[in-house]
Amino acid sequence: MANVIEVKNLRFGYSEKLTIKDVSFSVEKGDYLGIIGPNGSGKSTLIKLMLGILHPQAGEIRILGENINQFRKWDKIGYVSQKANAYKTAFPATVEEIVGANLFSRIGLFKRIGKKHREMIYNALELVGMQDYGKSMIGNLSGGQQQRVFIARVLVSEPEIIFLDEPAVGIDVKSEEELYCLLARLNRDLGITIVMVTHDISAVTVHANKLACMGDKSLTIHNPREEDAKKYISELYGYEVNLHIHEHNCENVQKGGGE
Amino acid sequence: MMLEIFQYGFMQRAFITGLFIALITPAIGVIVVLRGLSMIGDSLSHSSLAGVAAGLIAGINPVAGAVTFSVLAALGIERVRKSFPQYSEIAIAVIMSTGIGLAGVLSGYVKSSVDFNSFLFGSIVAISNFELIFVIILSIIVILFMILLYKELFYITFDEESARLSGIPVNTINFIFTIMIAVSISVSSRTVGTLVVSSMMVLPVASALQIAKSYRQTYVYSMILGLVSTFSGLYISYYAETAPGGTIVLVNVLILVIILIYKNVIKVLMVKNAAGCGEK
Repeated sequence: MANVIEVKNLRFGYSEKLTIKDVSFSVEKGDYLGIIGPNGSGKSTLIKLMLGILHPQAGEIRILGENINQFRKWDKIGYVSQKANAYKTAFPATVEEIVGANLFSRIGLFKRIGKKHREMIYNALELVGMQDYGKSMIGNLSGGQQQRVFIARVLVSEPEIIFLDEPAVGIDVKSEEELYCLLARLNRDLGITIVMVTHDISAVTVHANKLACMGDKSLTIHNPREEDAKKYISELYGYEVNLHIHEHNCENVQKGGGE
Repeated sequence: MMLEIFQYGFMQRAFITGLFIALITPAIGVIVVLRGLSMIGDSLSHSSLAGVAAGLIAGINPVAGAVTFSVLAALGIERVRKSFPQYSEIAIAVIMSTGIGLAGVLSGYVKSSVDFNSFLFGSIVAISNFELIFVIILSIIVILFMILLYKELFYITFDEESARLSGIPVNTINFIFTIMIAVSISVSSRTVGTLVVSSMMVLPVASALQIAKSYRQTYVYSMILGLVSTFSGLYISYYAETAPGGTIVLVNVLILVIILIYKNVIKVLMVKNAAGCGEK
């Protein structure tokens, strides 16, 4: 499998003190990478570096074969941020308008959304089970539904990689379960590479095939199915972690947006 | 009788100018309000007032002075905003204070206080042909940019970070928009007055937000309400012999109050109906 993300000798600090020191890893096409670690370990920073929002002091990041500094295939990657679920929920926009926004750079300056683009919007909404909510105002949806809309916004441009930064913050348990199952389905059925920062160790150990543990400025990649998962996760967080790994039965989780 | 008002050249010019101002102020205002920068109008209009004073002192066209100062102030706000990313209203306050300070000091050197006061309260019924053409040209430029960049401005306003990541040239568009705000405000200040231009930018949008069911509707309703309030304000001011700028603003406030009362009455009726159904 080809590497879609390559990170080499990455160094970054907001001040003189480094947050990330000599981190190297790669992600293959179709991987589901869960990034875990204590608060302040640099998980969100790492995602922002991979997306080019922040710039490293040293090292190299290549996404889909291109150095992030020269990266132009923005429609091939998607980003669902930590704040998405709390973002401007009173904003007067419909679900259709918000999802269509990610097609704007493809449509080009000075041009308008056409019939073909509208079909793409509803295809993306169908993937997340929100096709009946196209005309709804974003503020009238629940937190879980809003987060699905933000994932549809990412999906509309048919990305190869989706980056998510704690996407389940602020949503209830049922919506959280549906969200993780949706991501697993996108990864399994559409082959989309998922890179997700989360504190939900249980979810990533079930769905992810790679676990990036961040702590003490460094990063190590593990297989979450390893028998000693509990040991290294406990070491990472500095206290005894009890892993209650239960199978997320995604077949029974409702696909639709009914809440 | 009712159309007598349109027989006068000055009223025709007032209505044509009003038409353009009524379109550009809410068009800019939608983005400004949704970005949480409602007070930017006040800040830039006070800075443009300093430009008017500078123009009058230097003997150049005061509107040109207003546009220049307003553009500089808008760029200043963008720059100061970067130093206070979490508190963008600080930037607005800093530039507004500078504008008021400069306007206050410079106005002391203006020989004709009549000219200066006409900018303070506007002079929509005293628009010259040159000013009319100036307003029309600048307004058409603003409207064109707002139409052409409609979808990009929507995305940037909703989620700047995601817009940037999707490949939209955010910095360039923000820069153009900043210039558009400044131009709209300085042009509008001349006609409706520095003290009310900000209200014209915010009030139609506030009313539209109460009734719109999408971003597009917010835009369309804001512009319709801008037109309705400007035309009826001008009409009323002619017969009631009141100040046009102030009358337009008061009509806007009235529209907002009516919408708010209507919405609350509907809400109360719906609650009562729901309670009635529950009792059956």
